Amino acid sequence: MAISRRNFVVRSTVAGAGLLVGLRFSGPMLLSQESEKAKKGPVNPFDAYIHVHPDGNISLIVAKSEMGQGIKTGLAMILAEEADVDFNAVSVEQAETRPDIYEHMGTGGSGSTMENFMPLRRAGASVRELMITAAAQKWNVPKTECEAKQAIVRHTKSSRHATYGELVDAASKLPLPDPEKVPLKDESQFDLIGHATPRVDIPSKVNGSAGFGLDVRVPEMVFAVVARCPTFGGKPLHFDASKAKAVPGVRDIFEIPALGKDMYTAGGIVVVADSTWAAMKGREALQIDWDRGPAASESSAILRQSLRTAASKPGKRIRNDGNVDEALPSSAKRVEAVYEFPHLAHATMEPMNIAVHARAGEAEVWAPTQSPDWVQRTVAKLLDLPSQNVIVHTTLLGGGFGRRYMADYPAEAAQIAKVVGKPVQLVWSREDDMTHDFYRPAACHRMRGAVNQAGHPLLWSHTITSTSIGAFWGSPDKLEESEVGGAKQMPYTIRNVRLEYSAVPSSVPPLWWRSVEHSFNGFAVECFIDELAAAAGRDPVEFRRGLLVKPANWKPKDEDDPDPARLRGVLDLAAEKVGWSKPLPKGKGRGIASYHSFGSYIAEAAEVTVTGKDFKIDRIIAAIDCGQVVNPESVRAQAESAIIYGLSAALKNEITIKDGAVEQSNFDGYDPIRIDEAPPIEVHILKSKEDPGGMGEPALPPAAPAVANAIFAASGQRLRRLPFQLKT
Amino acid sequence: MAPIQLLINNSPHEVEVDPDTPLLWVLRDKLNMTGTKYGCGMGLCGACTVHLDGQAVRSCQTAVSSVASNKITTIEGLSVDNSHPLQKAWIAEQVPQCGYCQPGQIMSAAALLAKTSRPSDQQIDSAMGGNLCRCGMYQRIRRAIHRAAGEGA
Repeated sequence: MAISRRNFVVRSTVAGAGLLVGLRFSGPMLLSQESEKAKKGPVNPFDAYIHVHPDGNISLIVAKSEMGQGIKTGLAMILAEEADVDFNAVSVEQAETRPDIYEHMGTGGSGSTMENFMPLRRAGASVRELMITAAAQKWNVPKTECEAKQAIVRHTKSSRHATYGELVDAASKLPLPDPEKVPLKDESQFDLIGHATPRVDIPSKVNGSAGFGLDVRVPEMVFAVVARCPTFGGKPLHFDASKAKAVPGVRDIFEIPALGKDMYTAGGIVVVADSTWAAMKGREALQIDWDRGPAASESSAILRQSLRTAASKPGKRIRNDGNVDEALPSSAKRVEAVYEFPHLAHATMEPMNIAVHARAGEAEVWAPTQSPDWVQRTVAKLLDLPSQNVIVHTTLLGGGFGRRYMADYPAEAAQIAKVVGKPVQLVWSREDDMTHDFYRPAACHRMRGAVNQAGHPLLWSHTITSTSIGAFWGSPDKLEESEVGGAKQMPYTIRNVRLEYSAVPSSVPPLWWRSVEHSFNGFAVECFIDELAAAAGRDPVEFRRGLLVKPANWKPKDEDDPDPARLRGVLDLAAEKVGWSKPLPKGKGRGIASYHSFGSYIAEAAEVTVTGKDFKIDRIIAAIDCGQVVNPESVRAQAESAIIYGLSAALKNEITIKDGAVEQSNFDGYDPIRIDEAPPIEVHILKSKEDPGGMGEPALPPAAPAVANAIFAASGQRLRRLPFQLKT
Repeated sequence: MAPIQLLINNSPHEVEVDPDTPLLWVLRDKLNMTGTKYGCGMGLCGACTVHLDGQAVRSCQTAVSSVASNKITTIEGLSVDNSHPLQKAWIAEQVPQCGYCQPGQIMSAAALLAKTSRPSDQQIDSAMGGNLCRCGMYQRIRRAIHRAAGEGA
């Protein structure tokens, strides 16, 4: 490959600062990312994204993690579109962990497409431009007479053509075009973007050949598990390894200390063995006395009370329009509701794991991670190596949902690898994964509202309390940062609106869980607007429509402020597709919720049948405006997935704490939705020329409130606590 | 530890392991056949599903010593070139997202179709109820099974 580095910077202009909606890093993480960015050298698209080999083979490089969202396909489609290469003939490869090349390697916040859409279009277009220039120079003809298609440049007048492989040597020596000025295709010329395209990772996922983290096999590799204290913040007092050492296959047993801020590992007793099974058997045979630590008395029951108490008191004022305390007319109908949300585990199908080989002066890591650059820095720090001496291979991820952003399991593996000196795979059992996750915060929301006799809302008061993610990251002035999104931007036009937030301390480590705070704020906002509609005696769709007003001079108040017209657009589409006005038989009900998060607008309508204490979701309709679509197939799939993930939480899942430890340890106590419980889902996508929005998360928040509102319509029962439990 | 003879995907293998070792870990750690997945270790998620003489079993709950006389089929044995009707259907319906549970899903579906060539939705629910998909691709799984059944899996 005749490729040289040159002075080329792919600038992220389309999404810029606003790309990590809902996943705002604070504290050390942000600083480290900033410093990586500052160190970042110039990027050449031939180096970074499009490897053209002289034999004509072309590889497209994707610098985001594939965890099922189809990003490997989507980002490669963007490159292929503008570079004019045959998508069926290219290979798509995972990028090396090179934060010096790739601006931001973390995959989260539904941001990969938003963040990369324009930079990758420009990178692709630059390659195409360079190929045309190289061909024009070779043939001594004007560039304007040359055309590129399917990785071939043609000069029709003279019937000449050259492949990208033939041109790459000359093309890569040309000065790079200004990425801001390189000609881009008009949307009408798109052959790939916006067209349903089969995912490149799927063939390997139907025959067992797909390589997940847990599938990494390196010669001489050994396997390790860690016995961690069941309580958060506890540690081993002393342990007896004699029985464990007698287990056939067990090689070594030693203690690793807990690592604090930025790594958040529990520490514990490591068992290294010839096989995963031997390591697990060895761990079972350990005898450990635990110091259960400062949080040994924490319980969900107490936490629930603390949250309820905090929600009844004033918090930090986040939004205050008009005056919610102004006197109401005596005829006004008041509505109050308290919504409660439990802790939740991510429960990816592939439990946490990672393989690390520490060698003299360098290390190699095989990581199913959403943040390979953070893994690299973490392992480097623990092994006293410069970051660039740590090679991190990002494997496929058996689910991520936010959990795999963390560097705890990489940190543990680095501690172990340092002792073992051989390639070692750290395996978390399902029990480890469920009891030492970082959990969706538990929350309590107190809502107060009123409607006048004409059925118009007079006030909206919302108090959120939760176990703050910001508090966990040590940002005392930003406790509300990952807790209020979507509630702050409550889109309905009401004169008096107040939002307050207060954090409740907990030893249960919190984290971004698919859709972060929108997972509870979407529920509170969309259920309470439904409660106000009912109090007003108005139809829930008409009521919302009337309050989604877009003034002529409308401008977003902040980067997450939804456009009321786009929200109304999806609301109308969902209502139309579900047949909102068609009557339903007794016992059945229809509910709706429309919500904006991560740059996308999604309305969902649910139909349910309620029979006594039981209910069945008959179907879900989703209407989506996610701006310019890259791969409609992936948009559909992500919507289906986020809805089921949200419904698992709405219908079944709850993590509870007793005596400082998680009570659920496997899929018996925390059982996600199964095939017989999964409703049919119908997805409708609005055509849009707006900037791309995210799709990994935003279909989740409307799912639970749509179902809760449908259950109300069917039964008159308001479900205000998750997971749902109907009364007879 | 006496050697144990296994017949996996029509090939003989010999392993020396503790006889209680679950087949799952023999496949994954001793034979490097990593297509069969670990998900829960308790027979709750179905990710480790393989066939014993054509019957779907959870390999995490199957001691290796108990299967020395059986014909074992894993996802790698279904076809090497994605030519099995279920694999084709899984691709046509774009079923997998993260894909981690899919070897188990496909093995459960293959055992179902071997017994019931045209399963109803109810029969699919009952055969596939033990297989979790955290990406929630259940309606695609159902469509893919119907599609494969139509093509005579």
